[in-house]
Amino acid sequence: MSAGARPRVSVVVFPGSNCDHDAVHAVEATIGADTRLVWHAGTDLGRPDLVILPGGFSYGDYLRCGALARFSPVMEAVRDFAAQGGPVLGICNGFQVLCEAGLLPGALLLNSGQRFRCEDVCIRVETIRTPFTADLTKGDVLRLPIAHGDGNWRAEAQTWDDVTTHDQVVFRYCDAAGSRAAGANPNGSLDDVAGVCNRERNVVGLMPHPERASEAMLGNADGARLFRSFAGGLLARRTA
Amino acid sequence: MKVQVTVVPKSGVLDPQGKAIAGALARLGFPGVGDVRAGKVFRLEVEARDAAEATALAGQMAEKLLCNPVIEEYEAEVLG
Repeated sequence: MSAGARPRVSVVVFPGSNCDHDAVHAVEATIGADTRLVWHAGTDLGRPDLVILPGGFSYGDYLRCGALARFSPVMEAVRDFAAQGGPVLGICNGFQVLCEAGLLPGALLLNSGQRFRCEDVCIRVETIRTPFTADLTKGDVLRLPIAHGDGNWRAEAQTWDDVTTHDQVVFRYCDAAGSRAAGANPNGSLDDVAGVCNRERNVVGLMPHPERASEAMLGNADGARLFRSFAGGLLARRTA
Repeated sequence: MKVQVTVVPKSGVLDPQGKAIAGALARLGFPGVGDVRAGKVFRLEVEARDAAEATALAGQMAEKLLCNPVIEEYEAEVLG
């Protein structure tokens, strides 16, 4: 890839983010991204092709997970970027921040089993109409790690109607064969939802960690498929 | 002026902590306990001319930050 074709990825760093460097490494390793870490107090995202809100415990998860990060100065820039159609990916705590900020529907509650869950799960691709799943096939099963205490996604009845009507469920928890099964959902989320997108489809959030499973050397590269899908689409958009 | 904002999970929203507490209370010999909602209490000192203004201010704070209306509801009361 020529330097101009390298995807530019900005990863936001909140106080308490702890997957920021993993995200940087994953997009550098998988799609040769030109990366930049953006401290939460800044408002200049650079000119990214993609903004990632990484996992972690922003502001110590005080008040509610993601509730205080939402008011960081950088979130104004993220909001503007998303409003212009810029792709935003929220992973785990990043997903919680996006929900609190109203950029994604619903909210994330304490896991129904009240325990922090740290294990591999399977998720099924429910829609390919997002930048991160465009190169995948509906029904594809990805094995990805989770590590969260508050992943129990909820939405009010009206919101849930909207989400299903507009095909905004991106991933659901499933078993290894791709079936929704008792025990496959680690946190009790509504209808086994593991990830959603906004109505405009450029903002996606999910609880599992694709950046932690993006290299064969680490035993699992399923997560790389999301980043490659994004990069593939980006190239197409640039040459269009 | 002191105001208290109480935030609890909305009825109908699963409250895993409340459920666990209800179970523990039953095991401790309080069989009559039904639904338990575990929430948060905020005691705030605000500058306000009267109780109505203080309550209104606390309500705005709840709606903007202290409470997530998707999953929680709140009450604001003046403590004096």
